[in-house]
Amino acid sequence: MQPFRKHTGVVVPLDKVNVDTDQIIPKQFLKRIERTGFGEFLFYDWRFSGDGKEFGKKIGDFVLDAPRYAKASILVAGKNFGCGSSREHAVWALADFGFRVVIASSFADIFANNSLKNGLLTVRLNQEQVAEIMRRSKEIENYQLNVDLETLRVEDGRGFTTTFAMDEFSRHCLLNGLDDIGLTLQHEAEIAAYEAKHPACAEMKVILAG
Amino acid sequence: MGETGNMAPRTLFEKVWDAHVVAAPEGQSTLLYIDLHLVHEVTSPQAFDGLRANGRRLRQPLRTMATVDHNIPTTPRGLPIADPIAAKQIEALQKNCREFGVPLFDMDSAEQGIVHVIGPELGITLPGMTIVCGDSHTSTHGAFGSLAFGIGTSEVEHVLATQCLPQKKPKTMQIHVSGKLAEGVTAKDLALGIIGQLGTDGATGYVIEYAGDAVRALSMEGRMTLCNMSIEAGARAGLIAPDETTFAYVSGRRFAPKGKDWGEAVTYWRTLAGDPGAQFDRVIEIDAVSLAPFVTWGTNPGMVVAVNARVPELKSFGQEADRRAAEQALAYMGLDPGTPIEAIAVDRVFIGSCTNSRIEDLRAAARVAKGQHVNPKVRAMVVPGSQAIKRAAEQEGLHRIFLDAGFEWRESGCSMCLGMNPDILQPGERCASTSNRNFEGRQGRGGRTHLVSPMMAAAAAIAGHFTDVRNWKYE
Repeated sequence: MQPFRKHTGVVVPLDKVNVDTDQIIPKQFLKRIERTGFGEFLFYDWRFSGDGKEFGKKIGDFVLDAPRYAKASILVAGKNFGCGSSREHAVWALADFGFRVVIASSFADIFANNSLKNGLLTVRLNQEQVAEIMRRSKEIENYQLNVDLETLRVEDGRGFTTTFAMDEFSRHCLLNGLDDIGLTLQHEAEIAAYEAKHPACAEMKVILAG
Repeated sequence: MGETGNMAPRTLFEKVWDAHVVAAPEGQSTLLYIDLHLVHEVTSPQAFDGLRANGRRLRQPLRTMATVDHNIPTTPRGLPIADPIAAKQIEALQKNCREFGVPLFDMDSAEQGIVHVIGPELGITLPGMTIVCGDSHTSTHGAFGSLAFGIGTSEVEHVLATQCLPQKKPKTMQIHVSGKLAEGVTAKDLALGIIGQLGTDGATGYVIEYAGDAVRALSMEGRMTLCNMSIEAGARAGLIAPDETTFAYVSGRRFAPKGKDWGEAVTYWRTLAGDPGAQFDRVIEIDAVSLAPFVTWGTNPGMVVAVNARVPELKSFGQEADRRAAEQALAYMGLDPGTPIEAIAVDRVFIGSCTNSRIEDLRAAARVAKGQHVNPKVRAMVVPGSQAIKRAAEQEGLHRIFLDAGFEWRESGCSMCLGMNPDILQPGERCASTSNRNFEGRQGRGGRTHLVSPMMAAAAAIAGHFTDVRNWKYE
């Protein structure tokens, strides 16, 4: 996994609440069997015409397509970002598009977990702070934020500065880009002991035999 | 397994959690053992690739079960899949299951069906388990008193490789539903009523336990519907303590314990119910009498009102962000504030999905449809949740009732719930759907989805518009 230590980038405001993963990456793009190549389909139905069988025309008025946000790598959005389907494709699409950070007042659980596994930092701030970043990113051309996971600080060099919270273990994994499967496998002895006490249902073998 | 001693009173969730702790390393998340890992074609290919890339094996093939459901057509089996990308994804699952030794209920299997339907149906889902799947509606299996939740593909890979997941302990919420649901008010309406009250993020960070007389009175099918929708309130899981209804459902199913094992299992399962005095972080009380058949009017499941109400006025929203969201939702849905719900005409009806495609759902819809005719302006589709449900329904003659009334009777799969297969809405089409999400474009770009119960969906198909099923004249 790509580690995350600190990042400075242009902020793009997506001023909507409850942005669900069906919007982030519509279902017609979930049939790929790779982890890559989802970026061009990010927010497809809001950005392009057509159903995706042939690439549609850019609608043009979506905030991500405004030239001033072309280089954005930090997305700020309303509450409950990433709700709905568990599809990790949503995170792959955001990361593949070039996002390193999403800021919102709340995130859906599974989305936040999926982000962690892909080096995409989800930053929870309170509603007033989110509204302030939203306002500044609309009003100030090329508005940038510095997001530092080492110091758990977000600041814009223009007077906006705040800290954010993250549990220590997730932070440690993100900072070091750790493969958490490797961490779990360090508990091989405990897993094996648990399994010895709780055997699997052997009858499942009949399906394999068939 | 059932520890005794001087422990503080524990909730059902806490008992299941405690029974699955493999390790609790200092400063890290708790490592939970996963009893059952359900796999489908859409969220697994990248996880199997990850195993291969890292030279890892599948730790527990017999605790893993796969089926194809999300993008398979619901036209007769045996026809080639017209969509080459969908076909490739299904082939990838077949190949991965062969290579890693995963039990697979394939396209042509007599047991194929929606993963959250066949797990319980086959007795693979059992009380007190930990169950995960790369699908948010895994919460369905909580109906059995299991801790069941959806995960992303990286976590799918984690479970394939280790049969464990590092987890932060969620907060607990009890939703206590007293009283009795009225005729025509179903588990789906209870679920929609709860989400309407909590909002789509009201239970984020919590695991819900449903309790109270109205919950106890639900069949297993009803309990699955209720737990299924937990995720739509933001909760990762929703549980109901196992009881006689649960044991009667599980008993005799293909992979359920038999003989002496059955007796031991039931003895353990009886210990799972929450202890008197167990504390929850949040408790919500609902009176079943306050519920009605519900219909969503907007673009998330929390945007919902009773069938005899009206689309809300924008000024009724206190918060600016919510008002704007409602305005955008109504624009997408092509609805005006103040429109009576019963005045909304539908073009399509979908009865199916992991929420409402079980035999009881089909019986309820068939009761409404019996001797009636689908409105000529409506195209209505019934998609059983599994091949076994399809066979059972056909034995009971339900398919005749549907076909005679003008409904289509299809093969099992997720179908129009998420429109990954060819079953989709056209732009502007309005659908009464028994599925779980009315997000923009969910059932097809520009499609307008209203979530309802199976009875309400059948009634809308016949009337051509939403109608209060409590006033239905049954044949």
